[in-house]
Parts: sequence; structure tokens; C-alpha cells
Amino acid sequence: MAKVTASAKSCTVNPLKMSQPVGGALAFMGVKGAMPLLHGSQGCTSFGLVLFVRHFREAIPMQTTAMSEVATVLGGYENVEKAIINIVNRTKPELIGICSTGVTEIKGDDVDGYIRQIRKDHPELSGTPLVYVSTPDFKDAFQDGWTKAVTQLVDNLVPQSDESVLRLSNRVTVLPGSHMTPGDIDEMRDILDCFGLDALFLPDISGSLDGHIPKDFTPTTLGGIAVSEIADLGRSIATLAIGEQMRAPAELLEKRTGVPSIVYDRLTGLGASDALITDLARISGRPVPNKLRRQRGQLVDAMLDGHFHFGGKKVAIGLEPDFLYAMAHFFTEMGATVQAAVTTTHSPLLEQVPADEVVIGDLEDLEMRAAGCNLLVTHSHGRQASDRLQIPLHRLGLPLFDRLGAGHKVSIGYRGTRNMIFEIANIFLANIHEPTPESWRVANEGIATGTELACSSETCSC
Amino acid sequence: MNAVSTKIQDVFNEPGCDKNQTKSDKDRKKGCTKQLQPGAAAGGCAFDGAKIALQPITDVAHLVHGPIACEGNSWDNRGSKTSGSSLYRTGFTTDMNEMDVIYGGEKRLYKSIKEIIEKYDPPAVFVYQTCIPAMTGDDIDAVCKAAAAKFGKPVIPVNSPGFVGPKNLGNKLAGEALLDHVIGTMEPDYTTPYDINIIGEYNLAGELWQVKPLLDELGIRILSCISGDAKYKEVAYSHRAKAAMMVCSKAMINVARKMEERYNIPFFEGSFYGIGDTSDSLREIARLLIETGAPAELMDRTEAVIAREEAKAWAGIAPYRERLEGKRVLLITGGVKSWSVVAALQEAGLEIAGTSVKKSTKEDKERIKEIMGEDAHMIDDMTPREMYKMLKEARADIMLSGGRSQFVALKATMPWMDINQERHQAYAGYAGMVTMVHEIDKTLSNPVWEQVRRPAPWDLSDAAQ
Repeated sequence: MAKVTASAKSCTVNPLKMSQPVGGALAFMGVKGAMPLLHGSQGCTSFGLVLFVRHFREAIPMQTTAMSEVATVLGGYENVEKAIINIVNRTKPELIGICSTGVTEIKGDDVDGYIRQIRKDHPELSGTPLVYVSTPDFKDAFQDGWTKAVTQLVDNLVPQSDESVLRLSNRVTVLPGSHMTPGDIDEMRDILDCFGLDALFLPDISGSLDGHIPKDFTPTTLGGIAVSEIADLGRSIATLAIGEQMRAPAELLEKRTGVPSIVYDRLTGLGASDALITDLARISGRPVPNKLRRQRGQLVDAMLDGHFHFGGKKVAIGLEPDFLYAMAHFFTEMGATVQAAVTTTHSPLLEQVPADEVVIGDLEDLEMRAAGCNLLVTHSHGRQASDRLQIPLHRLGLPLFDRLGAGHKVSIGYRGTRNMIFEIANIFLANIHEPTPESWRVANEGIATGTELACSSETCSC
Repeated sequence: MNAVSTKIQDVFNEPGCDKNQTKSDKDRKKGCTKQLQPGAAAGGCAFDGAKIALQPITDVAHLVHGPIACEGNSWDNRGSKTSGSSLYRTGFTTDMNEMDVIYGGEKRLYKSIKEIIEKYDPPAVFVYQTCIPAMTGDDIDAVCKAAAAKFGKPVIPVNSPGFVGPKNLGNKLAGEALLDHVIGTMEPDYTTPYDINIIGEYNLAGELWQVKPLLDELGIRILSCISGDAKYKEVAYSHRAKAAMMVCSKAMINVARKMEERYNIPFFEGSFYGIGDTSDSLREIARLLIETGAPAELMDRTEAVIAREEAKAWAGIAPYRERLEGKRVLLITGGVKSWSVVAALQEAGLEIAGTSVKKSTKEDKERIKEIMGEDAHMIDDMTPREMYKMLKEARADIMLSGGRSQFVALKATMPWMDINQERHQAYAGYAGMVTMVHEIDKTLSNPVWEQVRRPAPWDLSDAAQ
């Protein structure tokens, strides 16, 4: 049981956290032909846009209601109305996903009411679904914005259905958490395919942010789940939610459609993958195919090869709750210790993170607790701490702006776990300290134990 | 009218800007940029602009008073380089929560300043106002004043919340903060007749350092660069410079003009982009320094350096001519760069398929005509779709633009090169122009273009059937 503490500082230094509205906007980007719209000052959108462009290295559709100071004080009805009309005229989206921001929440803009009024005044917009989610910047974090947006997509677009609906025996719904990359979604689709299961992902950023070359220019998202497919989720035979963060939308979807759901707290590691594969064999009624049996064997072998390098290592992890939970278990299952764990927001999982303490804090908190660790695991902003502490950084999460391939990093399933073992073990291997004649010489002051002896040098990071 | 709106009206009335002076009083009050269109806007806010302008000051703590969005989504993402402290890359924010919104965030701000001073001991703390505390009424001026008195350190309020306007306005409001609280508050150890300020240069990718060796050679000292690679004290004693150069855009014209008014520092507007422009700027620096008391022989030495460097640069570009002859460039940038790099591109044999003038002034447009002729293809406002079409139809061979539009080119499988602020290459001065031509050649001659445009074999056989 980890003790969960919140940083007592007044000043956040080197933020780990990002804001809710951009998390919500990313979820909307997993819908086909969508245009995310932040209701706020144009800077709110501009910062989010740059963040995603640098991470995914893709064109990012994202708009703003461009609230000025005066509009903020008077209320944003006109701006929301104008923005929606402009977006529809210019980009003909299949959905507009609206996220509120801090300023419009403080003013108390009633966006639900605005949308009702817009529907009344503009019958010509009736073909464009408008999904609104309340995501004030001064509460919660990126992951929460994602969850709330997915919940709103279900609430707005999935009709109530009952037992009489004809279910498709080979179709499942997957609700991926915000920590799943386009690569993770592709991996999941591949695993499901092994069982003859077709999947609809809500949201599906693998269709929009996987880096494909479209045939023509599209000002909205290039792909993702279609609005009509969302409406059809009641015909799946099961809903698989990945990450505790997806419990709320999974429960709503189950309530709405009666489709039974399973929430996976993680899909990284041997045991976690076994649980998934067992369920899929049951859901599909098929035996586990050879391809996956082989992959399991390869993971077991990788664990054997890798444990030499993970065993006894100390790591410091800074990630959003679900990803932190998955990675902390991954490292401890390989024999490493999680010396420091920092996250962005509350989650019922935090107490079960295998570490003494989980801090809801920032990268300064992580840096202060990471001295003597062998590895830092966090997003690209960990690079400064990595330089200062002389500890290698394994980049995970969002944003990853100083490396390529952020969208294709895979951390789930047998194959994803296997490759991650290799990638991280290689970092440990690349940072082995060659012994010198001085390595074992006992320092004058005090007697140290064997492992510390090898690390007596100031610059050593083992 | 509150203090911020008074300031905004003040910067909207800019005697140093010709365009501003030709406006009616009513138009002037509206400011410099077109009204933002909800649902069709792109670009940063005034807070973003203020941060861009001041963050290059390397040794101070930049503290953002607001919710996590303002700093958390954007920190450490700019390319301005430092020769000393890297404290400016540390992200400080009050990360306001719901309680701060309800009860006010002044206490948290004050405590944050205290924590920063105790832990990092910077020569000054810059406090940036954002929309939310501006709405709830946090008085950051008062907090900064109290903190400065208590801790005996300058704590500078930067009043530029995002919703007051666009990035450009934020640049100017940042300049006002320097004028009100920083410039003129310290004295340099010594002065020389060769001391200059460079205003509006952010040392992106280290560009200041492409020009500094030439100034060093001429014995010209950059007393203060506002704000690229600047230390706090350098900005604080910048009022002792003999002359100033305002770089590139009108972003900080208020700083240059008010320093002329207050401290008699003459300035000119120049650019280090382009060979001819770099030479003109060096000449102007020398001329102003001579006018304010430097020996006249400075001009002869300057001309000698210009002649030597120009010859070297043109010789550096010449070998590319054969390879680049007739290739067409689509130039999507703003202001000075819409024409200042054109001469070098033309010298390398490139043709200009079009240049954007969205952010250019009337004078900029005149210069374009001068360089490219009356039939110069000026593009006022090009949508991404039009850019894509132009590239897809191969009416241009390469697009030079900022990072936001790069994927428009890449998705059309056409070459693209970054010439705006996020780039990693330095293109300033003489050396920079040669680098730029070299980079264009490298991009255009890359073998990937032929490969990525090749259709998949099955698409080919489908077409044959």
C-alpha cells in the first residue's frame, strides 16, 4: 500500500501535469471528421495545438471560441455560436467537441443552454453533433479531461437499447485510456483479430494520429471512430475498458446498452496480458491462437534475459495515474524497485502502486526523490532533471517532443511488454560503469557495503 | 479604466509606428490586429507573447500565476539559447486550483515567490498575470511590491493576461513591464562609446552568436540584448547604451522609442536576416555610434568587415546555384522575412513562387516589389487547403514556413523547411544565409521525395486495369 500525499508547496516547479481541456480535445481527435473546440481565450487552443503537433508530428485540428476580455465578462454565447457556424462552413465536420476552460467556467457560461439555443436558431446545423464537456483548467488533469470527454461522447451519441437488439457475435468495444498510443490501439486490434474479433475503439486516435498520408487535405481529423459507429456500440458483445480512468464511461455504456463491460487496470506485463487473453478466449469462444502462444513464450524468454538487468535497480517514475500504476507494476515484476512515484491527479489506484509513497506533484518532487536511481521514467520534460542528476531518462507519456515515434510506442500485451523489456534493459546496459582499480578501494571515511562501494564516485548514477 | 487597459491604449498609440499614425483615433483604439474570428483563429494569446519576449532572460525565475494550462501545456518549448544560467528553462507556476479561484490566489502567489527565492535565489522574479486571476481580481502588482520589499529582490509584475489580445500585444506589454520596472534600475561597471542595445532579438537557435563575433571584431559591445541570452542586470543597465538596433519586427518598438525618449538612445530598425540587410544593419550601428561620439574610423573598419563577409557569403552560396536553378520556393512567413531572405534565395538561383504578406507592413510590401518586381506573387492569407493544393499541384518545389504548417507540405509529400521560431538551425547574419541555402539544397536533394511519391505496386496495377 502506497501512502498518497499531495505536494505541500505553493509553487509548482517543472510541471508534470497538463490541463483538462487538452485531454478532452485529444479524446475528440479520436472521432472521425471531428473538430475539437476549446471555449476560451485563443491561447488555450494555441498551447494545446503546439503541444500535440510537437508530440505526434501531425497536423492537429483544434479551434477556439477566441474569447476576449469583454466577451468573457459579458458571456460567450455569441462566440460559441459564431465558432460553430464558422467551423461548419469552413470544415464541414462530422462532430464538434467543445471543451470549456478556466475563464469560461469562472464566468459560468451555460454551454449546454447555449447549444440548446443554437439548435433552436440554426436548424441548418442539425446534421452536426455538438458534444460539450466541462473541463475547467483549475481542477483535475489531462487524464480526467479525456475520461469526461469519452463519457460525454457515450452520453450524447449512444442511444438507450435493450435485450432485443441483435448483437454482433464477433464485435467488441474497446475504451482505451489516454495513456494508450495509436501504436497500443493497433496492437490491441491485432490481438483481438487473432480471436476473430472486430473492435470499435472509442476514441480511436490510431485512425487519426498514426501518421498516415491521406489522399487529400482534411481540415478535421483524418480518421477515427465514426459518429454512426459510436451510435452502434450497443450491438457489441462486450466492452473492454483499459485503465481505471475508463470505468465511468464503461459503466455508462453498460447502463445504456446492457453490454457487459470489463475494466482492466493495466495490460502491461505477463499476468495482466494473460488475464486479457483468457477473457478474449472466453468471449470469442475460440482457443488461444498459436501466434499469441508464441508471443507469450517470447515474453517469458525476454523476462528471463531481462531480469539480470532490472533486478535491484531503482527507478523514479512520473506519469499520469493509470500509466504510473502500469509501469510501476512492470518494473517491480521485473525485480526493480520504484524509489519515487509522482503523478498528476487523484485515482483510486494510487494506493495500490507498488511504492512506499505516491506524490501528487511535479517534476521537482520527482527530481528531489530520484537521487541514486538508475532510471527516470517520465515525459520529455524530464530531460533537464536527467541532465542534472546524470540519470538516464526513458521517455514515456505525453509530450514526447524531442524523440521521434511517440505515436508508435507500445506498452501493452505480450509483444509490447517484451519490446519494452529490451528497450529499457538496453538503457541499463548502455549505462554500466566500467570498473577501475579504485572501484573497490575502501574510502577513508567509513566502511561501505559492496554495492555502494562501486558507486562511490560523485558522477556515478548506478 | 483599470491599469492594464490604460497600458493597452498606451501601446496602441505608437508614435514610432507609421502605420499606427495614419489611423483615425477610433481605429487606433482597436489595436493593431484584426478582430479574432471565433472558430477560425490561430495564434497565441497576449500571455504567450509576453512570455516569448521575456523568457530569453536567462538568470531570472519566470513565474506564471494561473491554472496549469498556461505553463503546464507549454513550458520549456522555445529555442532561445543561453551562455550562462539555465534557470529560464525551469517551469514555475502557481497552478491555481478551485480554492484559489474562490478565495483569491494572492497568498499562494506570495508564498510561491518566497519558495522560489529560498530555493533558487535568482536576481529577480518575473510574475506573469493570466486570465483567471485577472478575472478574480488578484492584484499582482501589490503582491510583487510586497514581496520585493520583504525579500529585497526585484519582483516584476507582467500584466498581460491572454484574453486582452494576441501575441503581438503581449510582446509590447512585456516591453512596458521592462520599461516600468527594470530598465534604468542598475548601473554598468563601465561604459564605452561602442555600447549598443539590440532590442527584439531572442537568440533562437543561437542566432545572436552568429552576429556577435563580427561586432566583437569591430570592438562594438552588446551592452544589453533584449532579451536573447540576457542577464537581468544587463537589461537593468541597458539605459547606458549609446545606440540601439530594433530587430526584425515592430514587436518591441515601444521599448526602443521610449528608451530614445527617456535616455536619448537613438535607434534604427534593422534585420540580421539576409546578406544585404546584415550589412545595412552593421552600417547603421556604426553610423549611430559615430553620431553619438565614437571615432569616425569605425565606419571604415565596418565597411572592410562587410566587404570581406559579403564576398565570403556570396562565394559560399555560388556552388549551390547550379543545383537550385529554377526551383520554386513558397515562402510563408511574416514581416521582414517576407523579403529579407529573398535576395539570398534568388542569388542561389531559386525562384519565389509566392510570399505571404499577412503580417507584413506597407513598407514590407514595397520592399517585396523592389526586390521581386511589380508582378511579385504576394499572398495575403492562405488557408492550409490552398497551400496543400499549390504544393500538390507542384506549383512550388519547397515550402519555407513555421512549424504549424509543416504537415501541410509533408502530407502533400513535398519538401518543407522551418524558418520560424521553433527551428533548430540558425539563419542569421552572413553565415546563416549560407547555412539556409545549404539546408534548402539538402532538403530538396534528399532521395526520399522520389520514393515517398511512388504509388504502392498494387495501386499501379489497379490503375493499369
